[in-house]
Parts: sequence; C-alpha cells; structure tokens
Amino acid sequence: MSQSTASSDWEIVIGLEVHVQLHTRAKVFASCGWGFGQEPNEQVDAVVLGLPGTLPVVNREAVERSILFGLVVGAEIPERCAWDRKNYFYPDNPKNYQLTQKDFPVVVGGKVEIELPGASRNVMGEHKWIRLHHAHLEEDVGKLSHAGGGSLVDYNRAGVPLLEIVTEPDLRSAAEAEAFLRSLVAMLTQAGVADCDMEKGQLRCDCNVSVRPRGATKLGTRTETKNLNSISGVRDTVIYESARQIRELQAGRAIVQETRGWNAEQGRGYVLRDKEDAHDYRYFPDPDIPTLLISRDTVQRLQQQVPENLYDRQRRYMEKLALPYTAASVLVAQRRLAEWFEEAVAAYPANPQGIANLIANDLLRDLAAGSAESSGEGVSTTPAKTVDDCPLKPAQLAALVKLTDEGLISKQQAKEVFAEMFKTGQDPMVIVEQKGLKQNSDTGELEKIVREVVADPAVAKSIAEYRAGNEKAINALKGPIMKRTQGKANPSLIDQLLRKILG
Amino acid sequence: MSNALHQLSAVELSQRLQAGTLTSRALVDALIARYEAVNPKVGAFTALDIADVRAQADASDERRRQGKSRGPLEGIPVAIKDNIAVKGQPLTCSSKMLAKLVSPYDAHVTEQLRSAGAILYGRLNMDEFAMGSSTENSALQKTFNPWDLSRIPGGSSGGSAAALAAGLVPLALGSDTGGSIRQPASHCGVVGLKPTYGLVSRFGLVAFASSLDQIGPMARSVEDCELLLQVLATPDARDMTCFDASHRQPLPVAAPAALRIGVPRGFLGKGVAPEVVQALESVLDFYRRQGCAIVEVDLPSADLAVPTYYVVATAEASSNLGRYDGVRYGHRSTQASNPIEMMTNSRSEGFGPEVKRRILLGTFVLSAGYADAYYVRALRARAKIRAEYLGALAKVDVLLTPTVPTPAFKVGEKASDPLQLYLEDIFTIPANLAGLPALSVPCGRSGQLPIGFHLVGAPQSEAKLLAAGKLFEAAHGFAHQQAAL
Repeated sequence: MSQSTASSDWEIVIGLEVHVQLHTRAKVFASCGWGFGQEPNEQVDAVVLGLPGTLPVVNREAVERSILFGLVVGAEIPERCAWDRKNYFYPDNPKNYQLTQKDFPVVVGGKVEIELPGASRNVMGEHKWIRLHHAHLEEDVGKLSHAGGGSLVDYNRAGVPLLEIVTEPDLRSAAEAEAFLRSLVAMLTQAGVADCDMEKGQLRCDCNVSVRPRGATKLGTRTETKNLNSISGVRDTVIYESARQIRELQAGRAIVQETRGWNAEQGRGYVLRDKEDAHDYRYFPDPDIPTLLISRDTVQRLQQQVPENLYDRQRRYMEKLALPYTAASVLVAQRRLAEWFEEAVAAYPANPQGIANLIANDLLRDLAAGSAESSGEGVSTTPAKTVDDCPLKPAQLAALVKLTDEGLISKQQAKEVFAEMFKTGQDPMVIVEQKGLKQNSDTGELEKIVREVVADPAVAKSIAEYRAGNEKAINALKGPIMKRTQGKANPSLIDQLLRKILG
Repeated sequence: MSNALHQLSAVELSQRLQAGTLTSRALVDALIARYEAVNPKVGAFTALDIADVRAQADASDERRRQGKSRGPLEGIPVAIKDNIAVKGQPLTCSSKMLAKLVSPYDAHVTEQLRSAGAILYGRLNMDEFAMGSSTENSALQKTFNPWDLSRIPGGSSGGSAAALAAGLVPLALGSDTGGSIRQPASHCGVVGLKPTYGLVSRFGLVAFASSLDQIGPMARSVEDCELLLQVLATPDARDMTCFDASHRQPLPVAAPAALRIGVPRGFLGKGVAPEVVQALESVLDFYRRQGCAIVEVDLPSADLAVPTYYVVATAEASSNLGRYDGVRYGHRSTQASNPIEMMTNSRSEGFGPEVKRRILLGTFVLSAGYADAYYVRALRARAKIRAEYLGALAKVDVLLTPTVPTPAFKVGEKASDPLQLYLEDIFTIPANLAGLPALSVPCGRSGQLPIGFHLVGAPQSEAKLLAAGKLFEAAHGFAHQQAAL
C-alpha cells in the first residue's frame, strides 16, 4: 500500500456543532432574566438552581427564535418538538441533567450559503452551500472555577437558551469553516436570532475533523475538539488537527476517536478523553415538558420576519443596481445598513452607485469615528454609531446625491455638505443655501471670468500645451477659475467654456 | 367525647367557624393539645411550629371578624406531607439529605391553601423521597398505625394517614406515585384521592417519578376530601403537565344515578387476604342493591403493571434525584478532596438504602445497551396498560378493586423483603401508569385493622368517584372513624 506523502493528497472533512446563546429576555426554562457582566449567582432563581420541587417551563420566545433560525436557513420546522434529559454529574450542572433535544429537534435540515475569500479584496470568491443536519434548543450550564484550594461555581449562565446548530460533514478546509461561521453569524444577527458576541461567550463551537486520501469515499476516523470560543480558534484547530492526523497516518498509525481540547495560547490541541471514557448520558424523554406542538400559524408569522438572504441581496445589488462587488459586500454585511441604503435608493433610484459610494466611504467612516469617540467623557451630543441613531436620514442622503448629479454642487462640495448633514440631520438644500455653496451655472458671468483667466500670461504655457494636443494641460486653468468663483462654479460648465474659448 | 374538636369533620368545623360558635384559635389549641398527647405515640408529624400555627389561626379569626373570610377552608388546619414546599418550613422528604433544608418558596397547592384561608399545619412523615409503602424508610422517625401501634401505617404518605386516623388534624395532603395516598389511607381507615394526572399542579412537590406523581387530598370522609380537592385543583402555568382552564371538567358534577361498576377478572385471586375478599363482596352487594350494574372486565396486561412501574419510576427517580449532590443545598460530605468526590460522598452519606436501591435500578434501566430492553419496553407496556384501562372505562363508570391485598403488616415484617413490599401497590399502580383518578374508601375491618376499597375512573371523573364513595359512606359507619388512643 502506497502512502500519500504530500498534504495535498489528503482531503480534510469537517463538521461543526455551533452553540449559540439566543437573544431572549428570560432563560429557556425559567422566567429569570440573564445578561453579561453580572455578579456571580445574581441571575438565578429557584428553577435555575434546580431547587427541590421546581419545574421547567419552556420559554416561547426561545422556541420562536429557534424556528426563525430554521426559516432563515430554509430548514424544515417539524410539527412537534420534545426535550430529553442528558444525565451527567458535574457541579456546574444544577440538576445534574441537562435539558436538550435528542430525538425531536425544533429545526431539521437547512443549508447555509458561504463565500470563500476571492483572489483579492475586490474580487468575489467562490460560493458554496453547507448542509445542516439539525438545530436543537437546550440549556446552557454554569461555570466552575478553582481558586485558593477550593472550587467556586457561578450559575448565571445556567439555563441560558442555547441553540446547537449541527452541520453535515460538508466543510473541506479551515477557510471554509471560517467562511461558514462568518456567514452563520451574519444570518443569526441579521435575523435577530442571536447577538453572537464571541467575547461574551455567546457562540461556542465543537469541531469534528477527519482526513482521508483524496478520492476516498469512506470517512476517516474523526476527533472532536470541544468548546472553541472564536472563529480563529476553529480555523487554527482545523489546521492543527488535520496536520496532526495526516502525520499520524503517514507514520502508519491509526487515528484514535477521541475528544480533544484546544489551548489557544500555545496553539495546540490536547486529549481530553478517549472513546472508552465516553459518558453514558442515559437520555430519556423529559417527563416535565410535554411534546410541544408548533402550529403552522406560528411558522407563517415567523416567516414574515425572515430577512432577505445575505448573498441574494449581494447578487441583487450587483446585478440589478450595478454596484461593484466591494460596495455590495460592504452594504449587505449589516442588515440595517442595507435597508438604509435601499430606502435611499427608493427616494432617488437614478444613481444607486452614487448613494452606495457615499455610504461606503463617508457614512461608514463617520459612524466608525462615532464608535471610537463615544467612550470619551464630557461630549454633550454623542456622535452617531449606527445608521439608526444617525440624524441623517436615507432620503436626505438621496437628495444630496441628486443635487450633485444635477450639477448644483460639486462632488467636493457634496462631501462638505455631507459632513454637516451627518452632524445636524438638516436637509442638504438648507445647508447649501446657508453656506452659499450653490454652484454658479450662470454662463454669462462665468464666461467673463474664464476669458480673464485665459488672458492671464501666467497660464499661457498651459494653453500652448493644450493646443499642441496635451488634453490634460487644460486642467491647469480650472484651478484659478474655481478660485475666482470661490468654488461655486459648475466644473462641467467650466470645462465646456474653456474648450469653446480655446477652440 | 363525640363532641371533641379533634373528632369533627372539616365540613362540620367549617360550619361552626362560620356560625361563630368556634374560633380557629380554639380549634388549633385543641389540636395542639391532642398533638402533644398523641403524636409521640404515633409519630405522624416530623415538625409543627406551634407559635406559627397559633399566629395563622389568630390571623384567620381576624379576617373572619372583618368579614374577609376566604371560603370554606378559612381557619381549618391542613397538615402537609414533607415533600410539598411551604415557604419558611422544612422540606426534608424524610431524608438525611434534606434534613436541614428550609423551603424558600411555596408550592402551588400551598399558595392555594393560603388563599383559601387554611392553616398550614405542620410537616408529615413519609418514606424517604416517597419511596416505600410503610413509612419505615423515613430517615427521621418511625410512624405507627394508630389502630395498632405495632403495625405500619402504610406509605409513603404514612404520616398523613396516621395523623388523620389519630385525630391530629382534619385534613392532610399526600402525594401518590404508585399508591402512596391510597394504600396508607386504606391501612389507616381514612379516605384518600389520587387525582387525574395533570389536575393538580406538581410545582413545589419534590419529584420522585415526574410522570406518575400527583398531590392529592386525604381526610376522614369523602366529603372532606372533595372540599380539599376543590382548593387544590386549579391551573398553574409553572407546571406544563397541569391542565389549563380550557382543559378542565367542572367540579363537582352531578353523578349518574346508577353507576356501571367494572370488576377486573382475577383481581380477587391469589395473594388477597380472605377478610379483604369478604369486605369487597359486601361493597359489591351494597352497590348492587343501589341499582348499580356490576360487570366483569378484562385487563389482560394488569400483571405487567408492577414490573413496568418499577422500571419507569426508578428511571425517572434516578434522574430526578441527581440534583442532590451537596453543591447548592442539602447534606454535604466533609470527606472530600475535590468537587466530584464531594458529590459522590454526599450522596453515599445522604441517601438511605431504599433510595439507593431505586437510583441504582433506574440508572441501570436507562444505561446504554439496556435501555431498549427495559426502559423502552416498559414505556410500551405502560401505553398498553393505559389503553386497556381507557377501553374498560369506556364501558363502565368505575373499576372497583381492593386498595391493598392485605391489612397493615407488622413493623419490620417486610423490611428485609423489598419485592414482597412492592406487591402492596399491585392494585394502585395502574392508575398512576394510566394517569387516572383513583379513590380509596374505608369499607371494613379485620379485627381492629381497617380495610379499604378502591375506585378508578376515566380521566377527570373525580366527581363520579367521589359521588360513588359518598353513597357508600353514607350507608356505613366508617366515615369519621378514629383510633382510640
């Protein structure tokens, strides 16, 4: 048997289990609230702590968020879902069983479109669909920590609604895993299903990796690396673990099916437990929670809340609105930004590119600056950080683009007007008039100025060059004309007059 | 003697309180005197906060004076099994594990009793975590049958039944997973009802086997039982298995004049004591004379009930009792060097032998490789039993059997033979597996020892069961009976 040697002879197969904390007010089986950054054991109640006699009650909001996710990824929403008990003893688990969905998950199937990196920033990469196996709704557990020879446990996280999204083994590289997670996060956040703040542990991943000789149809033995809390952690794990498995196989050793951990500081994985130590969770249907029926009315109502797919929107912007790939990608990355853009286009459909450029260049720059500045003290009016708290409205931005297109103000002037609109939310025309920026389109007066400038001996050389066939030389005359009109002259009119006078 | 307050029914006491010829404080004082004299012999109560019940009684009298009586239970003491939460009171489940636990919240039924004006009157002994049929599995104390102090009161609600039979309280709450209300009621000569699964909220009932557990009323008469049931049986959004308002039958409803009574073929066969058979036959004679039709019915899978029960109940219990690990509350071992060891040792020290036996059995039947042979098969058997019972109850109004095959046995007699003890519940278990309402009513004696009969009805047919029970008790002398102590 010939051993493959080059890593390109191997195919990497990846499946992910993504645990996402849902965006809900209350915990998944208790009315107790939850959030980040509270003192330990402040967000608990008798149910969360599993006090004797307490019972779980399913939070409808968490179920509806889960269904909404299913609709976003085009999954089947079964008519019934049910919960099971997963029994294991650990101090962070208040009941020593976790309520999860083993046999009847709330979401079945579905697929997520991903985009791989292109050849450069400005080039769209390959698109691919990743199938989902299912997604189930379960409860998060608390956190155990060890300090001063003792152990401490915080149950604030216990009972937080967790949607576990399980993919088919469709991913083939670290880059695909990374692209999948970015796409998934965009879909979850754009639909309002989850916030996915990884710094707050709102998204955690278990990563199953196996390798097989390229062309093989049978899957290799897989390992599962648990509890990765960043996209880069997943990427690094895939790179590390696939390389390790290829090395093992090349050395003639078999892959051991095992559960592994990841040390991000050292950039290496380690064995947590092997198959022999695998838990027997003694699953059985939870007798406290009756099978939940999901009415088709509920599904239909939630279907109305499904936003346009990220990449459908991207394609539409490029095909129907003729936006370049980069602008389209920037706009679709945030749902509210895309919607804001579309409101502006609706107000002035003639120039979507002009609107997109102002948003991608000026608006996003100022919003980013607002985010950076907002932490400062003593600022009476906080600069806007998002389009929603921005005083500038889409129709006003559209009006600004229209004024520019009509030649009333120059592109340079438009930037000045934009800066003022961003701060005050005034209509562009008001600002133009206040600042006296109205472009001079009076041909008679402008022609007089043009003739005076052309007569100036200082520009004689440029005129000679222009007449000799150097087209660009004409630009040297435009600056002095602009200066004499205090920038109010219409640039295209200047160009026309110059060409007429110079012949 | 016949006028002593401790001998009166809840209905009679309620009338006197409403008429102003009795105060709740006087009633409570009389019962406290009785408690001090009798409880040491019977061991029904594990705790009674005398100052607290007097304060509750005074508050009730004050409400009545102000015309703010909360209903028929206003001022009436109700004693509560020690697995039902009452805020600020012990919730031990008669286990060393929870010996020091004080509940920080009220069960739904406790809230209902408070808003009905009842006096929450002490904690009643039970088999540890409701696992047993003799109350001998209590880690706290022994309870004795008031009719013969050398015998067991039954269980697991043995404290509840003994307290009623000893005249310590007019009303009590029990819980029933396989017969834990009805079997001690039968042994102590009182009335006990296990409601339809879902009729009474389990919020605040410490779980033994969640799909089987129900809280129910116990009293010395069917009428008193009904009075208490009406307060308990209300919707509660905190228990998803509890019927909401739209799924409830009105209670009470008029019972049909002539019932069709089904007697399961073969139920009076081997293992049933002759005096129990005799008592049952006189009950059937009585109903026949009342114009009821007595028909034999077939329940071919009834033999599967006990094994099915001990798989389903222990499986659920093994998971329900997982939470007692010494981490958050309850007994914590001092012999441990890490959290896992601490949890293991706390459980080894905190649980008694019967609880451990059932946790081990339940863990086994759910284990990988065994679950299909035991747990999954038991679920199938359970579905079959339920279907057979519902089928039979489509043809008859009620099923009538003895409650228990034999009268109360001697303390210690079956302690070393758990399998023999498990057969105590042979007639009561099917109602739990099928989720049906069931009532035990006293119907005779074997010497001093009471014998009860058992009625099972279709879901939410409590009114019919209670009506049938009242018909019998009105014609016999067993209601309001108390042991001479």
